[in-house]
Amino acid sequence: MNAPALNPGRLAALGRSELTLLVRNRGALTVALLMPLLMVFVLRSTLSGVDGVGGEGRASLGEATLTGGIGMVLVLVVYMSLVSAYVARREELVLKRLRTGEARDLEILAGTALPAAVLAVGQVLVLAVAGAAALDARMPREPLLLAAAVLAAVVLLAGASALTSSFTRNVESAGITTLPLFLVTALGSGLFLPPESLPGQLATVCELLPLSGVMTLVRAGWTGGAETGDLLWAGLTTLAWIMITVFAVRTWFRWEPRR
Amino acid sequence: MTDSDHRTVIRAEGLRRGYAGGFEAVRGVSFSVERGEVFALLGTNGAGKTSTVELLEGLAAPSGGQVRIFGLDPYRQRARVRPRTGVMLQEGGFPSDLSVAETVGMWGGVTSGARPAAEVLELVGLAARSSVRVKQLSGGERRRLDLALALLGRPEVLFLDEPTTGMDPEGRRDTWALVRELRAQGTTVLLTTHYLEEAEELADRLAILHEGELVLTGTPAEVTGARPARIRFTLPQGVPAARLPLALCAAAEGQRVEIRTERLQADLGTLLRWAGESGIELAGLDARAASLEEAFLEIAENRRGPAGRTGPMAGAR
Repeated sequence: MNAPALNPGRLAALGRSELTLLVRNRGALTVALLMPLLMVFVLRSTLSGVDGVGGEGRASLGEATLTGGIGMVLVLVVYMSLVSAYVARREELVLKRLRTGEARDLEILAGTALPAAVLAVGQVLVLAVAGAAALDARMPREPLLLAAAVLAAVVLLAGASALTSSFTRNVESAGITTLPLFLVTALGSGLFLPPESLPGQLATVCELLPLSGVMTLVRAGWTGGAETGDLLWAGLTTLAWIMITVFAVRTWFRWEPRR
Repeated sequence: MTDSDHRTVIRAEGLRRGYAGGFEAVRGVSFSVERGEVFALLGTNGAGKTSTVELLEGLAAPSGGQVRIFGLDPYRQRARVRPRTGVMLQEGGFPSDLSVAETVGMWGGVTSGARPAAEVLELVGLAARSSVRVKQLSGGERRRLDLALALLGRPEVLFLDEPTTGMDPEGRRDTWALVRELRAQGTTVLLTTHYLEEAEELADRLAILHEGELVLTGTPAEVTGARPARIRFTLPQGVPAARLPLALCAAAEGQRVEIRTERLQADLGTLLRWAGESGIELAGLDARAASLEEAFLEIAENRRGPAGRTGPMAGAR
């Protein structure tokens, strides 16, 4: 993991075999494709019960559902499925075997993450276009900001997956080890509840959670008109979390099973 | 710099490898391998073979000493060393849901100058199994697949960690033939094995590793030549071993006698003449030159504990 330069050919080779494996793993494929859909419905029914969201009309409810849905897609598709993938490859000694070859460490990690990342971005696009039409929401006001937020989230979550895999003994226990980040994000980073609805001090703490910055950027990208100070703060928080994650992965990532 | 134009392609100097918890698996191992040589690292289970090979492959940094492959550090200068080496780990490392062809295809994508998949599968005799999923392969077939991946980039140096473990006799013969062919083409091969026959068949030079230390290095002939040959037989009842000619350095246990000798032919002649003249039948007569196996077992036994020889029953209380 020296220079960040990645070899596209090697990434493609690793990504392609990982995609084949994802398609052949029915459980992982279900999590990646059906869970987000399910969660968007859950989100919508939860949000419609919250005061102050439904009040401003269907468009606002639709936007809250869609931005929360984007967060959900990212967490489920990138984080949850990738932790299983890293653990499975480690336990099969695939990671160790790959390290005997020419691929660099970062290429191995990124190549393995590629299908999940592409799938997540694809689902975000579907949500943005089809979802907006179906839910009577306006289209994203600042698509570039939204895109940047999604990409930052993919990088952060891929790193978090690698880190979580180091503390996950086998594929079965991934369901438990991924829960903390999932719950903290769902409840604290504004997926189910709009952050404004939290009491003052709790809201300040929640702003510092790993995915809060990303979610602020996603919402700002969709609705537009956010204050520059808020955006800057959200961007810096996200960057800080990415740096912490990269450091943690370099320190603690396990390439081999514990024997 | 010094080794890069030189004939020495693998150099280990005072290698040490400690693990968390204080266990030191490799304790000061030094040896070198010349270009085009087949070098075998022998040892019992737990002798430190795999720990040593992983240092040579650059999978881990040694806790002491240094490794040079082509004069480069395989751990720190990974990007420069990897394109020239091929590695077969002791245990495969393939996703079980990919087919053989998909596995080779993936590996080809991360290997510069890779051979075509069909060619390499033909080489290891897996061409007919290319659409089979890895999880459906037998243990021996997995070893063949692993070998295929190691050969994919036409490596100058090949590391084979127990390449034939789990193979049937035919697979073993095939692999030996392949290693000889690679050697003929100038590939340097470092292999570990606990099959002594394999080392005797293939290796130009070998080293015996015991409890993390090299106890013996040399050609197979040097290693076996330095050991005494052995004659064994059983005397009939009523003939004490004391009646044997004094010139024979015999050790008897009841009626069973073992003679260790550096002059097998002369001593065997003395024994047979004596037996013929005395009209004695030597039951189960067996005379053989030292084999690598004996050298190996002797080292493993002599080095085990302060008591020296420890029989197979030593563990039973």
